[in-house]
Amino acid sequence: MAATESYPPELKYHREHDWARVDGDEATLGITWFAQDALGELVHYEAPDEGSTVTKDQPYGEVESVKAVSDVIAPLSGEVVEVNRKAVDEPETVNEDPYGEGWLVRIRMSDSPEVDSLLDVDAYKQVVAEQ
Amino acid sequence: MAQTLQRTPLHDAHVALGARMVPFAGWEMPVQYEGVIAEHKAVRTDCGAFDVSHMGEFEVEGPRATELLQATLSNDLDRIGVGQAQYTLLTNERGGIIDDLIAYKLDEFRYLAVVNAANRRADFEWLKERELPGSDVRDVSDEYALVAVQGPRAVERLGLPDAPQFTFAEGEIDGIECMVNRTGYTGEKGCEILVMTEDAVPLWDRVLERGAVPCGLGARDTLRIEACFPLHGQDITPDTDAISAGLSWCCRLEKEFSGAQVLRETKAHGPERKLVPFVMDEKAVPRAGMPIEGGGEVTSGTHSPMLDRGVGLGYVPAGDAAVDTELTIDVRGRARRAHIVKRPIYTSEEAA
Repeated sequence: MAATESYPPELKYHREHDWARVDGDEATLGITWFAQDALGELVHYEAPDEGSTVTKDQPYGEVESVKAVSDVIAPLSGEVVEVNRKAVDEPETVNEDPYGEGWLVRIRMSDSPEVDSLLDVDAYKQVVAEQ
Repeated sequence: MAQTLQRTPLHDAHVALGARMVPFAGWEMPVQYEGVIAEHKAVRTDCGAFDVSHMGEFEVEGPRATELLQATLSNDLDRIGVGQAQYTLLTNERGGIIDDLIAYKLDEFRYLAVVNAANRRADFEWLKERELPGSDVRDVSDEYALVAVQGPRAVERLGLPDAPQFTFAEGEIDGIECMVNRTGYTGEKGCEILVMTEDAVPLWDRVLERGAVPCGLGARDTLRIEACFPLHGQDITPDTDAISAGLSWCCRLEKEFSGAQVLRETKAHGPERKLVPFVMDEKAVPRAGMPIEGGGEVTSGTHSPMLDRGVGLGYVPAGDAAVDTELTIDVRGRARRAHIVKRPIYTSEEAA
Protein backbone atom coordinates (compact mmCIF):
# COMPACT_ATOMS: atom_id res chain seq x y z
CA MET A 1 0.00 0.00 0.00
CA ALA A 2 1.16 3.49 -0.79
CA ALA A 3 2.12 5.63 2.18
CA THR A 4 0.09 8.68 3.16
CA GLU A 5 1.59 12.10 2.57
CA SER A 6 4.17 13.10 5.16
CA TYR A 7 7.43 15.05 5.52
CA PRO A 8 9.30 14.14 8.72
CA PRO A 9 10.57 17.25 10.54
CA GLU A 10 13.95 15.71 11.45
CA LEU A 11 15.03 15.35 7.81
CA LYS A 12 16.79 17.79 5.51
CA TYR A 13 15.35 18.30 2.03
CA HIS A 14 16.49 19.14 -1.47
CA ARG A 15 14.12 20.97 -3.78
CA GLU A 16 14.39 18.16 -6.34
CA HIS A 17 12.31 16.11 -3.87
CA ASP A 18 15.09 14.25 -2.11
CA TRP A 19 15.72 13.90 1.60
CA ALA A 20 18.79 13.31 3.78
CA ARG A 21 18.98 11.93 7.30
CA VAL A 22 22.29 13.14 8.70
CA ASP A 23 24.06 11.04 11.35
CA GLY A 24 27.61 12.21 12.21
CA ASP A 25 29.65 12.15 9.01
CA GLU A 26 27.20 9.85 7.28
CA ALA A 27 23.84 10.52 5.65
CA THR A 28 21.03 8.31 4.41
CA LEU A 29 19.34 9.54 1.22
CA GLY A 30 15.99 8.90 -0.39
CA ILE A 31 13.13 10.46 -2.32
CA THR A 32 10.22 12.24 -0.70
CA TRP A 33 6.59 11.21 -0.54
CA PHE A 34 5.86 13.83 -3.19
CA ALA A 35 8.41 12.32 -5.60
CA GLN A 36 7.18 8.75 -5.27
CA ASP A 37 3.56 9.86 -5.57
CA ALA A 38 4.27 11.82 -8.74
CA LEU A 39 5.99 8.81 -10.30
CA GLY A 40 3.50 6.17 -9.20
CA GLU A 41 4.37 2.60 -8.29
CA LEU A 42 8.10 2.11 -8.70
CA VAL A 43 9.23 -0.89 -10.71
CA HIS A 44 12.96 -0.23 -10.97
CA TYR A 45 15.71 1.44 -8.96
CA GLU A 46 18.96 1.86 -10.86
CA ALA A 47 21.35 2.21 -7.94
CA PRO A 48 24.90 3.57 -7.96
CA ASP A 49 27.82 1.26 -7.19
CA GLU A 50 28.98 1.07 -3.61
CA GLY A 51 32.24 2.98 -3.37
CA SER A 52 31.25 5.44 -6.09
CA THR A 53 31.01 9.13 -5.36
CA VAL A 54 27.91 11.25 -5.52
CA THR A 55 27.91 15.00 -6.01
CA LYS A 56 25.42 17.43 -4.55
CA ASP A 57 22.79 18.52 -7.11
CA GLN A 58 23.88 15.80 -9.56
CA PRO A 59 21.98 12.58 -10.38
CA TYR A 60 23.29 9.45 -8.66
CA GLY A 61 20.63 6.94 -9.71
CA GLU A 62 17.28 6.51 -11.39
CA VAL A 63 13.88 5.50 -10.14
CA GLU A 64 11.34 4.26 -12.60
CA SER A 65 7.62 3.62 -12.58
CA VAL A 66 5.56 1.87 -15.22
CA LYS A 67 5.09 5.18 -17.01
CA ALA A 68 8.19 7.26 -16.34
CA VAL A 69 11.82 7.40 -15.30
CA SER A 70 13.35 10.05 -13.07
CA ASP A 71 16.87 10.90 -12.03
CA VAL A 72 17.54 10.87 -8.32
CA ILE A 73 19.44 13.99 -7.33
CA ALA A 74 22.01 13.87 -4.55
CA PRO A 75 21.24 16.40 -1.81
CA LEU A 76 24.80 16.00 -0.46
CA SER A 77 28.23 14.96 -1.75
CA GLY A 78 30.12 11.89 -0.60
CA GLU A 79 31.00 8.24 -1.13
CA VAL A 80 28.33 5.56 -1.35
CA VAL A 81 28.93 3.17 1.53
CA GLU A 82 25.74 1.17 1.16
CA VAL A 83 22.96 0.67 -1.38
CA ASN A 84 19.57 -0.45 -0.09
CA ARG A 85 19.24 -3.88 -1.69
CA LYS A 86 15.60 -4.09 -0.62
CA ALA A 87 14.81 -1.01 -2.71
CA VAL A 88 16.62 -2.62 -5.66
CA ASP A 89 14.87 -5.96 -5.32
CA GLU A 90 11.45 -4.61 -4.30
CA PRO A 91 11.21 -1.04 -5.56
CA GLU A 92 7.62 -0.75 -4.32
CA THR A 93 9.19 -0.48 -0.86
CA VAL A 94 9.98 3.14 -1.77
CA ASN A 95 6.26 3.82 -2.28
CA GLU A 96 5.28 2.02 0.88
CA ASP A 97 7.83 3.61 3.20
CA PRO A 98 9.78 6.42 1.47
CA TYR A 99 11.55 7.63 4.64
CA GLY A 100 12.15 4.24 6.27
CA GLU A 101 12.58 0.89 4.54
CA GLY A 102 12.56 2.68 1.18
CA TRP A 103 15.82 4.64 1.64
CA LEU A 104 18.12 4.53 -1.40
CA VAL A 105 21.77 4.96 -0.38
CA ARG A 106 23.94 5.69 2.65
CA ILE A 107 26.91 7.98 2.01
CA ARG A 108 29.97 9.17 3.89
CA MET A 109 29.84 12.91 3.45
CA SER A 110 32.83 14.63 1.86
CA ASP A 111 31.66 18.18 2.52
CA SER A 112 29.58 18.32 5.73
CA PRO A 113 28.87 22.08 5.57
CA GLU A 114 26.69 21.33 2.54
CA VAL A 115 24.05 20.25 5.03
CA ASP A 116 23.43 23.90 5.89
CA SER A 117 22.31 24.59 2.33
CA LEU A 118 19.48 22.06 2.48
CA LEU A 119 15.87 22.96 3.20
CA ASP A 120 14.16 22.34 6.49
CA VAL A 121 10.75 20.72 6.46
CA ASP A 122 8.78 23.97 6.35
CA ALA A 123 10.81 25.31 3.42
CA TYR A 124 10.40 22.03 1.56
CA LYS A 125 6.65 21.94 2.17
CA GLN A 126 6.58 25.37 0.58
CA VAL A 127 8.32 23.90 -2.50
CA VAL A 128 5.70 21.14 -2.64
CA ALA A 129 2.87 23.64 -2.28
CA GLU A 130 4.16 25.53 -5.31
CA GLN A 131 4.13 22.45 -7.59
CA MET B 1 -3.64 27.82 -20.75
CA ALA B 2 -1.98 27.18 -24.10
CA GLN B 3 -4.41 24.56 -25.26
CA THR B 4 -7.92 23.65 -24.21
CA LEU B 5 -8.19 19.94 -23.67
CA GLN B 6 -11.36 18.16 -24.62
CA ARG B 7 -13.24 16.22 -21.97
CA THR B 8 -15.22 13.03 -22.38
CA PRO B 9 -18.73 12.76 -20.89
CA LEU B 10 -17.15 10.72 -18.07
CA HIS B 11 -14.66 13.40 -17.02
CA ASP B 12 -16.40 14.27 -13.76
CA ALA B 13 -16.90 10.59 -12.93
CA HIS B 14 -13.13 10.02 -13.27
CA VAL B 15 -12.31 12.97 -11.04
CA ALA B 16 -14.84 11.74 -8.45
CA LEU B 17 -13.10 8.34 -8.48
CA GLY B 18 -9.78 10.02 -7.70
CA ALA B 19 -8.25 9.50 -11.13
CA ARG B 20 -5.03 11.22 -12.08
CA MET B 21 -5.91 13.13 -15.25
CA VAL B 22 -3.35 13.76 -17.98
CA PRO B 23 -3.35 15.29 -21.46
CA PHE B 24 -3.52 12.68 -24.21
CA ALA B 25 -4.04 13.37 -27.93
CA GLY B 26 -5.80 16.64 -27.11
CA TRP B 27 -7.98 15.10 -24.42
CA GLU B 28 -7.89 15.15 -20.66
CA MET B 29 -7.92 11.46 -19.78
CA PRO B 30 -7.46 9.31 -16.67
CA VAL B 31 -4.01 7.72 -16.63
CA GLN B 32 -4.70 5.78 -13.43
CA TYR B 33 -7.05 5.49 -10.48
CA GLU B 34 -5.67 3.19 -7.76
CA GLY B 35 -2.53 2.30 -9.68
CA VAL B 36 -1.43 0.92 -13.03
CA ILE B 37 -0.31 -2.46 -11.72
CA ALA B 38 -3.52 -3.24 -9.80
CA GLU B 39 -5.65 -2.10 -12.73
CA HIS B 40 -3.60 -4.18 -15.17
CA LYS B 41 -3.97 -7.30 -13.00
CA ALA B 42 -7.71 -6.74 -12.66
CA VAL B 43 -8.05 -6.97 -16.44
CA ARG B 44 -5.87 -10.08 -16.68
CA THR B 45 -7.71 -11.91 -13.89
CA ASP B 46 -11.23 -10.48 -13.75
CA CYS B 47 -12.62 -7.34 -15.35
CA GLY B 48 -11.63 -3.72 -15.93
CA ALA B 49 -13.42 -0.76 -17.52
CA PHE B 50 -11.79 1.95 -19.64
CA ASP B 51 -13.22 5.22 -20.89
CA VAL B 52 -12.11 5.34 -24.51
CA SER B 53 -14.58 8.01 -25.57
CA HIS B 54 -11.70 10.06 -26.95
CA MET B 55 -11.53 7.65 -29.89
CA GLY B 56 -13.12 8.81 -33.12
CA GLU B 57 -16.14 7.28 -34.83
CA PHE B 58 -17.00 7.74 -38.47
CA GLU B 59 -20.05 6.51 -40.33
CA VAL B 60 -19.50 5.67 -43.95
CA GLU B 61 -22.73 5.24 -45.79
CA GLY B 62 -24.11 4.85 -49.29
CA PRO B 63 -24.27 2.42 -52.20
CA ARG B 64 -20.55 3.01 -52.84
CA ALA B 65 -19.45 2.98 -49.18
CA THR B 66 -17.87 -0.45 -49.59
CA GLU B 67 -16.05 0.67 -52.71
CA LEU B 68 -14.58 3.70 -50.91
CA LEU B 69 -13.41 1.63 -47.95
CA GLN B 70 -12.06 -1.19 -50.10
CA ALA B 71 -9.92 1.36 -51.96
CA THR B 72 -8.55 2.95 -48.78
CA LEU B 73 -8.33 0.12 -46.23
CA SER B 74 -5.87 -2.79 -46.31
CA ASN B 75 -8.15 -5.60 -45.20
CA ASP B 76 -10.96 -7.05 -47.29
CA LEU B 77 -14.43 -6.00 -46.15
CA ASP B 78 -15.99 -8.58 -48.46
CA ARG B 79 -14.75 -11.19 -46.00
CA ILE B 80 -17.11 -10.03 -43.25
CA GLY B 81 -20.88 -9.91 -43.07
CA VAL B 82 -23.32 -7.57 -41.33
CA GLY B 83 -22.75 -7.83 -37.58
CA GLN B 84 -19.03 -8.50 -37.97
CA ALA B 85 -16.01 -6.28 -37.42
CA GLN B 86 -12.53 -6.23 -38.88
CA TYR B 87 -9.14 -4.85 -37.83
CA THR B 88 -7.71 -2.93 -40.76
CA LEU B 89 -5.24 -0.23 -41.78
CA LEU B 90 -5.71 3.10 -43.51
CA THR B 91 -2.66 3.26 -45.78
CA ASN B 92 -1.02 6.03 -47.80
CA GLU B 93 0.37 5.70 -51.35
CA ARG B 94 3.74 4.58 -49.95
CA GLY B 95 2.11 1.78 -48.00
CA GLY B 96 2.67 3.70 -44.77
CA ILE B 97 0.09 3.43 -42.02
CA ILE B 98 -2.07 6.54 -41.59
CA ASP B 99 -4.01 4.77 -38.85
CA ASP B 100 -5.17 1.39 -37.63
CA LEU B 101 -8.85 1.02 -36.97
CA ILE B 102 -11.76 -1.34 -36.61
CA ALA B 103 -14.48 -1.32 -39.26
CA TYR B 104 -17.95 -2.55 -38.27
CA LYS B 105 -20.39 -3.60 -40.98
CA LEU B 106 -23.71 -2.12 -39.81
CA ASP B 107 -25.57 -3.10 -42.96
CA GLU B 108 -24.78 -3.62 -46.59
CA PHE B 109 -24.36 0.10 -47.26
CA ARG B 110 -23.27 1.41 -43.88
CA TYR B 111 -20.09 1.02 -41.82
CA LEU B 112 -18.80 2.37 -38.55
CA ALA B 113 -15.07 3.01 -38.25
CA VAL B 114 -13.48 3.47 -34.81
CA VAL B 115 -10.20 5.35 -35.16
CA ASN B 116 -7.44 6.65 -32.90
CA ALA B 117 -8.13 9.99 -31.22
CA ALA B 118 -4.85 11.50 -32.41
CA ASN B 119 -5.62 10.65 -36.05
CA ARG B 120 -9.29 11.58 -36.14
CA ARG B 121 -8.79 14.71 -38.20
CA ALA B 122 -6.18 13.23 -40.59
CA ASP B 123 -8.25 10.10 -41.20
CA PHE B 124 -11.38 12.10 -41.82
CA GLU B 125 -9.67 14.42 -44.29
CA TRP B 126 -8.06 11.48 -46.08
CA LEU B 127 -11.40 9.72 -46.51
CA LYS B 128 -13.31 12.90 -47.38
CA GLU B 129 -10.87 13.69 -50.19
CA ARG B 130 -11.51 10.25 -51.65
CA GLU B 131 -15.28 10.20 -51.29
CA LEU B 132 -17.15 8.89 -54.32
CA PRO B 133 -20.57 9.96 -55.53
CA GLY B 134 -22.67 7.55 -53.47
CA SER B 135 -20.42 7.35 -50.42
CA ASP B 136 -20.77 9.72 -47.50
CA VAL B 137 -18.28 9.94 -44.63
CA ARG B 138 -19.50 11.59 -41.43
CA ASP B 139 -17.59 12.19 -38.20
CA VAL B 140 -20.07 11.14 -35.51
CA SER B 141 -17.53 11.03 -32.67
CA ASP B 142 -19.30 13.65 -30.58
CA GLU B 143 -22.54 11.69 -30.57
CA TYR B 144 -21.04 8.68 -28.83
CA ALA B 145 -19.14 7.57 -25.78
CA LEU B 146 -17.13 4.35 -25.80
CA VAL B 147 -16.43 2.20 -22.76
CA ALA B 148 -14.18 -0.86 -23.03
CA VAL B 149 -14.93 -3.63 -20.54
CA GLN B 150 -12.17 -6.20 -20.68
CA GLY B 151 -11.08 -9.34 -18.87
CA PRO B 152 -11.89 -13.03 -18.52
CA ARG B 153 -15.02 -12.21 -16.46
CA ALA B 154 -16.10 -9.08 -18.36
CA VAL B 155 -18.92 -10.67 -20.38
CA GLU B 156 -20.23 -12.60 -17.38
CA ARG B 157 -20.18 -9.53 -15.13
CA LEU B 158 -22.11 -7.52 -17.70
CA GLY B 159 -24.72 -10.29 -17.99
CA LEU B 160 -24.11 -10.57 -21.71
CA PRO B 161 -24.35 -13.73 -23.79
CA ASP B 162 -21.15 -15.25 -25.14
CA ALA B 163 -20.35 -14.18 -28.67
CA PRO B 164 -17.38 -14.61 -30.99
CA GLN B 165 -14.65 -11.97 -31.07
CA PHE B 166 -15.04 -9.36 -33.81
CA THR B 167 -18.81 -9.51 -33.83
CA PHE B 168 -21.24 -6.88 -32.54
CA ALA B 169 -24.92 -6.46 -31.80
CA GLU B 170 -27.42 -4.01 -30.43
CA GLY B 171 -27.71 -4.76 -26.74
CA GLU B 172 -28.77 -3.49 -23.39
CA ILE B 173 -26.95 -3.24 -20.10
CA ASP B 174 -29.29 -2.69 -17.15
CA GLY B 175 -31.81 -0.98 -19.39
CA ILE B 176 -29.30 1.20 -21.25
CA GLU B 177 -29.38 0.66 -24.99
CA CYS B 178 -25.98 0.28 -26.55
CA MET B 179 -23.95 -1.36 -29.25
CA VAL B 180 -21.86 -4.19 -27.83
CA ASN B 181 -18.70 -4.83 -29.83
CA ARG B 182 -16.66 -7.92 -29.06
CA THR B 183 -13.39 -6.13 -29.59
CA GLY B 184 -10.64 -4.68 -27.41
CA TYR B 185 -7.05 -3.67 -26.96
CA THR B 186 -5.94 -5.76 -24.00
CA GLY B 187 -5.58 -9.30 -25.33
CA GLU B 188 -8.43 -10.41 -23.07
CA LYS B 189 -11.99 -11.28 -23.93
CA GLY B 190 -14.54 -8.58 -23.41
CA CYS B 191 -16.27 -5.84 -25.29
CA GLU B 192 -16.32 -2.21 -26.23
CA ILE B 193 -19.67 -0.58 -25.57
CA LEU B 194 -20.80 2.30 -27.72
CA VAL B 195 -23.54 4.48 -26.20
CA MET B 196 -25.12 7.81 -26.90
CA THR B 197 -23.21 10.54 -25.10
CA GLU B 198 -26.10 11.25 -22.70
CA ASP B 199 -26.10 7.61 -21.57
CA ALA B 200 -22.37 7.49 -20.85
CA VAL B 201 -22.53 8.25 -17.12
CA PRO B 202 -25.33 5.79 -16.27
CA LEU B 203 -23.60 3.09 -18.34
CA TRP B 204 -20.26 3.70 -16.60
CA ASP B 205 -21.95 3.56 -13.20
CA ARG B 206 -23.73 0.28 -14.03
CA VAL B 207 -20.51 -1.26 -15.34
CA LEU B 208 -18.64 -0.37 -12.13
CA GLU B 209 -21.56 -1.57 -9.99
CA ARG B 210 -21.22 -4.90 -11.74
CA GLY B 211 -17.68 -5.14 -10.46
CA ALA B 212 -15.48 -3.80 -13.24
CA VAL B 213 -12.38 -2.03 -11.90
CA PRO B 214 -11.90 1.45 -13.42
CA CYS B 215 -8.69 1.44 -15.45
CA GLY B 216 -6.70 4.30 -16.98
CA LEU B 217 -4.51 4.81 -19.99
CA GLY B 218 -1.50 3.55 -18.04
CA ALA B 219 -2.92 0.04 -17.77
CA ARG B 220 -4.27 0.26 -21.32
CA ASP B 221 -0.68 0.74 -22.52
CA THR B 222 0.89 -2.04 -20.42
CA LEU B 223 -1.90 -4.45 -21.43
CA ARG B 224 -1.59 -3.76 -25.14
CA ILE B 225 2.20 -4.10 -25.01
CA GLU B 226 1.92 -7.49 -23.27
CA ALA B 227 -0.64 -8.48 -25.92
CA CYS B 228 1.73 -7.14 -28.66
CA PHE B 229 -0.84 -4.81 -30.18
CA PRO B 230 0.93 -1.94 -31.95
CA LEU B 231 0.20 1.66 -30.98
CA HIS B 232 -0.18 4.06 -33.86
CA GLY B 233 2.29 6.94 -33.58
CA GLN B 234 4.84 4.67 -31.90
CA ASP B 235 5.09 1.17 -33.36
CA ILE B 236 3.33 2.00 -36.61
CA THR B 237 3.32 5.38 -38.36
CA PRO B 238 2.79 6.89 -41.82
CA ASP B 239 6.48 6.09 -42.39
CA THR B 240 6.33 2.43 -41.41
CA ASP B 241 4.62 -0.31 -43.37
CA ALA B 242 2.43 -3.21 -42.43
CA ILE B 243 4.79 -5.92 -43.68
CA SER B 244 7.64 -4.76 -41.42
CA ALA B 245 5.19 -4.37 -38.53
CA GLY B 246 4.00 -7.97 -38.84
CA LEU B 247 0.55 -6.83 -39.96
CA SER B 248 0.50 -8.49 -43.38
CA TRP B 249 -2.31 -10.70 -42.04
CA CYS B 250 -4.64 -7.69 -42.29
CA CYS B 251 -3.41 -6.63 -45.75
CA ARG B 252 -5.18 -8.34 -48.63
CA LEU B 253 -2.57 -7.79 -51.28
CA GLU B 254 -4.66 -9.48 -53.96
CA LYS B 255 -7.02 -6.46 -53.91
CA GLU B 256 -6.25 -2.86 -54.85
CA PHE B 257 -5.94 -0.26 -52.11
CA SER B 258 -3.75 2.75 -51.46
CA GLY B 259 -0.13 1.61 -51.31
CA ALA B 260 -0.91 -2.02 -52.17
CA GLN B 261 1.69 -2.19 -54.93
CA VAL B 262 4.46 -0.92 -52.62
CA LEU B 263 3.44 -3.48 -50.03
CA ARG B 264 3.48 -6.27 -52.61
CA GLU B 265 7.04 -5.32 -53.50
CA THR B 266 8.06 -5.12 -49.86
CA LYS B 267 6.57 -8.53 -49.25
CA ALA B 268 8.27 -10.01 -52.33
CA HIS B 269 11.73 -8.67 -51.40
CA GLY B 270 11.21 -9.15 -47.70
CA PRO B 271 11.20 -6.16 -45.34
CA GLU B 272 14.50 -4.67 -44.20
CA ARG B 273 13.42 -4.76 -40.57
CA LYS B 274 10.74 -6.35 -38.48
CA LEU B 275 8.79 -5.35 -35.42
CA VAL B 276 9.43 -7.92 -32.70
CA PRO B 277 8.33 -8.38 -29.09
CA PHE B 278 11.07 -8.83 -26.52
CA VAL B 279 11.57 -9.49 -22.83
CA MET B 280 14.47 -8.10 -20.79
CA ASP B 281 16.92 -10.58 -19.29
CA GLU B 282 18.39 -7.95 -16.96
CA LYS B 283 16.72 -5.45 -14.68
CA ALA B 284 15.79 -2.46 -16.80
CA VAL B 285 12.71 -0.86 -18.30
CA PRO B 286 13.00 -0.35 -22.05
CA ARG B 287 11.45 2.83 -23.44
CA ALA B 288 10.48 4.05 -26.90
CA GLY B 289 13.46 5.49 -28.77
CA MET B 290 16.17 3.42 -27.10
CA PRO B 291 18.66 1.98 -29.62
CA ILE B 292 18.92 -1.78 -30.08
CA GLU B 293 22.48 -2.81 -30.91
CA GLY B 294 22.90 -3.76 -34.56
CA GLY B 295 20.62 -1.11 -36.01
CA GLY B 296 17.30 -1.49 -34.22
CA GLU B 297 15.12 0.69 -32.06
CA VAL B 298 12.61 0.21 -29.27
CA THR B 299 9.21 1.64 -30.24
CA SER B 300 7.26 0.66 -27.10
CA GLY B 301 8.58 -0.39 -23.75
CA THR B 302 7.33 -0.80 -20.24
CA HIS B 303 7.46 -2.91 -17.13
CA SER B 304 5.25 -5.98 -17.49
CA PRO B 305 3.11 -6.30 -14.35
CA MET B 306 2.48 -9.99 -15.10
CA LEU B 307 6.10 -11.00 -15.82
CA ASP B 308 7.56 -8.43 -13.40
CA ARG B 309 10.23 -7.46 -15.92
CA GLY B 310 10.88 -5.06 -18.73
CA VAL B 311 9.17 -5.87 -22.02
CA GLY B 312 8.68 -4.08 -25.30
CA LEU B 313 8.31 -3.93 -29.02
CA GLY B 314 10.99 -2.76 -31.40
CA TYR B 315 12.29 -2.90 -34.93
CA VAL B 316 15.35 -5.04 -35.65
CA PRO B 317 17.04 -6.01 -38.92
CA ALA B 318 14.94 -8.71 -40.58
CA GLY B 319 17.84 -11.18 -40.44
CA ASP B 320 18.00 -10.89 -36.65
CA ALA B 321 14.28 -11.16 -35.94
CA ALA B 322 13.91 -14.84 -35.02
CA VAL B 323 12.39 -15.86 -31.69
CA ASP B 324 15.06 -16.33 -28.97
CA THR B 325 17.51 -13.99 -30.70
CA GLU B 326 19.46 -12.06 -28.07
CA LEU B 327 19.25 -8.29 -28.17
CA THR B 328 21.30 -5.62 -26.45
CA ILE B 329 19.38 -2.49 -25.62
CA ASP B 330 21.01 0.82 -24.80
CA VAL B 331 19.19 1.87 -21.63
CA ARG B 332 20.43 5.44 -21.13
CA GLY B 333 24.03 4.43 -21.78
CA ARG B 334 23.88 1.01 -20.12
CA ALA B 335 23.90 -2.12 -22.29
CA ARG B 336 21.09 -4.42 -21.12
CA ARG B 337 20.30 -7.88 -22.48
CA ALA B 338 16.92 -8.97 -23.81
CA HIS B 339 15.63 -11.66 -26.13
CA ILE B 340 12.95 -11.87 -28.79
CA VAL B 341 9.83 -13.80 -27.80
CA LYS B 342 6.73 -15.12 -29.54
CA ARG B 343 3.57 -13.01 -29.66
CA PRO B 344 1.89 -12.36 -27.33
CA ILE B 345 4.28 -11.49 -24.52
CA TYR B 346 1.46 -12.27 -22.11
CA THR B 347 -2.29 -12.81 -22.03
CA SER B 348 -4.37 -14.82 -19.58
CA GLU B 349 -5.03 -18.53 -20.22
CA GLU B 350 -8.69 -17.70 -20.84
CA ALA B 351 -7.70 -15.44 -23.71
CA ALA B 352 -5.36 -17.94 -25.34
